[in-house]
Amino acid sequence: MAEEVVLLDFWPSMFGMRARLALAEKGIQYEYKEEDLVGGKSQLLLKMNPVQKKIPVLIHNGIPVSESLIIVQYIDEAWSERYQLLPSDPYQRAQARFWADFIDKKVWTSGHQVRSSKGAEQEAAKVEFMDSLKLLEGELGDKPYFGGQNFGFLDIAFIPFYGWFHTYETFGNFSIEASCPKLIAWAKRCMERESVKTLPQQHEIYDFVLHVNKMFGLD
Amino acid sequence: MAKSDVKLLGFWPSSYVNRVQIALNVKSIDYEFVEERFRPKSELLLSSNPVHKKIPVFFHGDKPICESLVIVQYIDEEWTNGPSILPSDPYDRAVARFWVAYVDEKWFPSLGELRSAQGEEAKAALIEKVVEGLALLEEAFVECSKGKAYFGGDSIGYLDIAFGSFLGWLKVVEIVADVKLLDEAKIPGLAQWAVRFSSNDAVKDVLPEPEKLIEFVKIIEARIKAAAK
Repeated sequence: MAEEVVLLDFWPSMFGMRARLALAEKGIQYEYKEEDLVGGKSQLLLKMNPVQKKIPVLIHNGIPVSESLIIVQYIDEAWSERYQLLPSDPYQRAQARFWADFIDKKVWTSGHQVRSSKGAEQEAAKVEFMDSLKLLEGELGDKPYFGGQNFGFLDIAFIPFYGWFHTYETFGNFSIEASCPKLIAWAKRCMERESVKTLPQQHEIYDFVLHVNKMFGLD
Repeated sequence: MAKSDVKLLGFWPSSYVNRVQIALNVKSIDYEFVEERFRPKSELLLSSNPVHKKIPVFFHGDKPICESLVIVQYIDEEWTNGPSILPSDPYDRAVARFWVAYVDEKWFPSLGELRSAQGEEAKAALIEKVVEGLALLEEAFVECSKGKAYFGGDSIGYLDIAFGSFLGWLKVVEIVADVKLLDEAKIPGLAQWAVRFSSNDAVKDVLPEPEKLIEFVKIIEARIKAAAK
């Protein structure tokens, strides 16, 4: 049976980028459908993800899968004969899942606060953001990738945030490289991969955020 | 596997700890339960979970694993003889994971809001929110169970464990807010599943009785009040 794979996505979304990376690493052909989230959600999105109404949504032979980390694990399991994204050892898998969950709970939340709040709230968010990044840098250690020798699940979970670093740094007025040089080195190593090269550039994301802020009078 | 090789650091009222206990029971794994006393948090807790400083922490040999859902999946993948907790089909796994995330991130927080609701209007709005969530979960039950006893089919699985671990607290809110949430007339699938789940061998000695949980909450609230003086 011919596989039909569609990805409902929004180009600056780091969650959408995770799905794009997993599909690329597995060499899966798919149709990319851009949701203009600024304009309004499409009927297809509302039909495919009625509960959360969010992208990314992977539609595999007409059947939807939602939530970025769930999508990445689904891609790994449904195309298990191809390049493995999660480690095979149960303990290593547990570590990868733990830190991916940490990224969603701590890094995303504080990063969002850094670029959307001001004053004391922003300062507190900056501290939490940098503390979280330092913990991740500790988890990376001296490994080339979070997955060890191989670019894997946790690398996919985190590398989309790199595109947003310039935005966080500019809004928050701080330098990530100054505090976490190893993380930046890891990010640049990831950028050499074909899949990661297709992700949006830091300045594109920054221009997008400025544009949205202007449109909604948030600047 | 020697009992001392498998340890669970936890506290009986925690649904997150209950999840791990149920998973261990499903796999018939012997383990040592180490009770965290808090006030202050123990050295063991702080050293084994420096990132979140929360229970449950699961120990397999000298390796600590944190976060209830990460632990349950680890138990499923490490102990492969014995019933499976996650479904085998990739799509069924994705569906189970989706609803588990929904329960944790949306539904249970709405239950918590209802528990501390002030005023009749606020309470009514929050009841509606919880009930809407239960209606979605009823649909999920029909989809996942495919006519069988549990979300996981014939035996309890990942979504049964994740959602079922909150049943004690759900009953607490029914008592405290004086509202029927697991209404057999509105959500027959879930109402019957709840009875089956609670009396399942792997579950029945783990889930605390709502009366015990209510007593526990009273003690904590009294402590908070005393500390505030």
